[in-house]
Amino acid sequence: MKSKTIKVGYLARVEGEGALHIRVKDGKVTEVQLQIFEPPRFFEALLRGRLYSEVPDITARICGICPIAYQMGSIQAMEDIFGVKVEGPLRDLRRLIYCGEWIESHVLHVAMLHAPDFLGYEDSIRMAKDRPELAETVRMALRLKKLGNEILRVVGGREVHPINLRVGGFYRVPTRRELAALRAELDWALEAARSLVRWTATFQFPEFERDYEFVALRHAQEYPIAEGRIISNRGLDIPTAGYDETFQEEHVAHSNALQAVIVGRGPYFVGPLARYNLNYDRLSPLVQEEARAAGLGAAVRNPFQSIIVRSLEALMAIEESIRIIDRYEMPDRPTVEYEVRPGVGYGCTEAPRGICYHRYKVDEKGLVLDAKIVPPTSQNQKTIEDDLRDFVPKYIDLEEEKLLWHCEQAVRNYDPCISCATHFLRLNLERE
Amino acid sequence: MTERAKNRPKLAVWKFSSCDGCQLSLLDCEDELLALTDQIEIANFPEASRAVVKGPYDLSLVEGSISTAHDAERIHHVRRVSKHLVTIGACATVGGIQALRNFKDVNELIPLVYAKPEYISTLGKSTPISEHVFVDFELNGCPINKVQLVEVISAFLHGRKPVTPGYSVCLECKRRGNVCVTVAHGEPCLGPVVHAGCGAICPSCNRGCYGCFGPMETPNPPSLSAMWLAGGMAPDEVVRRLRGVTAAAEPFRKESELHEK
Repeated sequence: MKSKTIKVGYLARVEGEGALHIRVKDGKVTEVQLQIFEPPRFFEALLRGRLYSEVPDITARICGICPIAYQMGSIQAMEDIFGVKVEGPLRDLRRLIYCGEWIESHVLHVAMLHAPDFLGYEDSIRMAKDRPELAETVRMALRLKKLGNEILRVVGGREVHPINLRVGGFYRVPTRRELAALRAELDWALEAARSLVRWTATFQFPEFERDYEFVALRHAQEYPIAEGRIISNRGLDIPTAGYDETFQEEHVAHSNALQAVIVGRGPYFVGPLARYNLNYDRLSPLVQEEARAAGLGAAVRNPFQSIIVRSLEALMAIEESIRIIDRYEMPDRPTVEYEVRPGVGYGCTEAPRGICYHRYKVDEKGLVLDAKIVPPTSQNQKTIEDDLRDFVPKYIDLEEEKLLWHCEQAVRNYDPCISCATHFLRLNLERE
Repeated sequence: MTERAKNRPKLAVWKFSSCDGCQLSLLDCEDELLALTDQIEIANFPEASRAVVKGPYDLSLVEGSISTAHDAERIHHVRRVSKHLVTIGACATVGGIQALRNFKDVNELIPLVYAKPEYISTLGKSTPISEHVFVDFELNGCPINKVQLVEVISAFLHGRKPVTPGYSVCLECKRRGNVCVTVAHGEPCLGPVVHAGCGAICPSCNRGCYGCFGPMETPNPPSLSAMWLAGGMAPDEVVRRLRGVTAAAEPFRKESELHEK
């Protein structure tokens, strides 16, 4: 009997603190645990008693990489309660700042966190130092990332934890001139993102596909970012308010982590790959053309290829930013007026890593009575474990260090953000 | 490897309870990152690399607060392997947003979030690194300002004290030529008692400061809250306004507790 334990004590190149534990017996995987030891921070509990207007500033702190997702989700939920509709240029500005977050987060993951796995480097800095042509690519990626951050700064006031978003709109809207200053760099970025796509398309991808249930937002006209119904490739089609009865967190005996599943069906997959598969027809001709050139069809089931899809989404976000900036007219007022009233509201947007769900209940003064937030990584966790269960047996004969690295890479396909996930994941007390 | 490359000072980045935003600020130094790595060796930075170079480290940047028994142990290890230890951000420096729990009974919070409280291991309070080990320098901000981060790294490379101003946000506001949001619009603003560093971004967007950089060097919160109360603000709002991302900082904590019912 041959038994083997694969342990990654501290997962690198992911946001937050996690570990991986896989047990193999006679070539069969008997146990897979993606362990989360990031300390809990109790956001939902701490939000109780806070005024609705303070909530976006607090939820931003759930994640330093995707604060917009947590601000927008909570703002949307409050607007749902107060009956606020944000349209025209204000809606555009929200989409623009979210594009900035997609660019910054996606390019960081593609070039700095994930690409080194495909090219056999410990990190992007060693990669850049080792080969001059890769240094060029890393430099280009850093410049792209900087542009994403610049959009966040111009529209949101700051790159990490922007301060300008509020229920009803913004505290201050940028002038046409401020946005136009981004234009030249965006023109450069359009080409740069295309070469990023082409670069990732040259990587070697392990043969690996599973029959996933992809879940993403779907909007009537646009590639989904901040609005849409929640749909899946297996017939799911619900409004945001239907989230709680469709999805639930399941407690699995072998792990202390809480994992989201679709009621009666099981694990699902959120993020770039899910969005792409469910919204390919909403991508622009340019992005579709790049996808085809990269060898991708309308359906992509290999999670390792998410690195190409992430690059395609960065390209899409750049194209979209240009479109928004070109048609921007500064609105008369930075905020829509509304009256505070009690109620329950829902918000769901596409964070870079997938759908991020919010639900709040407020009283007549607008003080929070109850809050629920479901980050994307919690939703992908079970799918990540299932991937490894299938993946490991195929590569079991590899030498230890290589297998270990492949497993890490498979986890990084999902760009897991453990800092986000933790505030509702159970803590695993067993330590390697 | 050249002699210089071999002798580069070693940098380590450690994470405790946090959102990752401050260590991300290091990767957000897009223009400086590659040049920086010519001067220093990134020896231990799990968010960016799977390679770990053995300590001791010349400079350790610590993000996050201490909120579990395990982390309270781990920070001593970090101190032991670090020649210089610098805390980056509000979590590491004053306890962060998660220190809002310090004003409540954590055992009442746990079941609000987790269905099986018995699995949760946490301390009653979220505390700054300086309550546990000696800290060489504290960099404020939620998140930190990346220009200040480069200044801190550069200062330690050259063996000098980092230059970060201890005055309030008000000075940054004046320098930007902002109209005061409190004087002109009656908007409550923490600016007069908050450490500069952000560039007065909130008043520049027509809103009051909410305290990301923590208390300035010699703050006077009682004067600020007296003005708010005189202007008709309810005591519970005074408490909430003092309890943001730097709520557990001593001057803010004391003042907010005075107004609590």
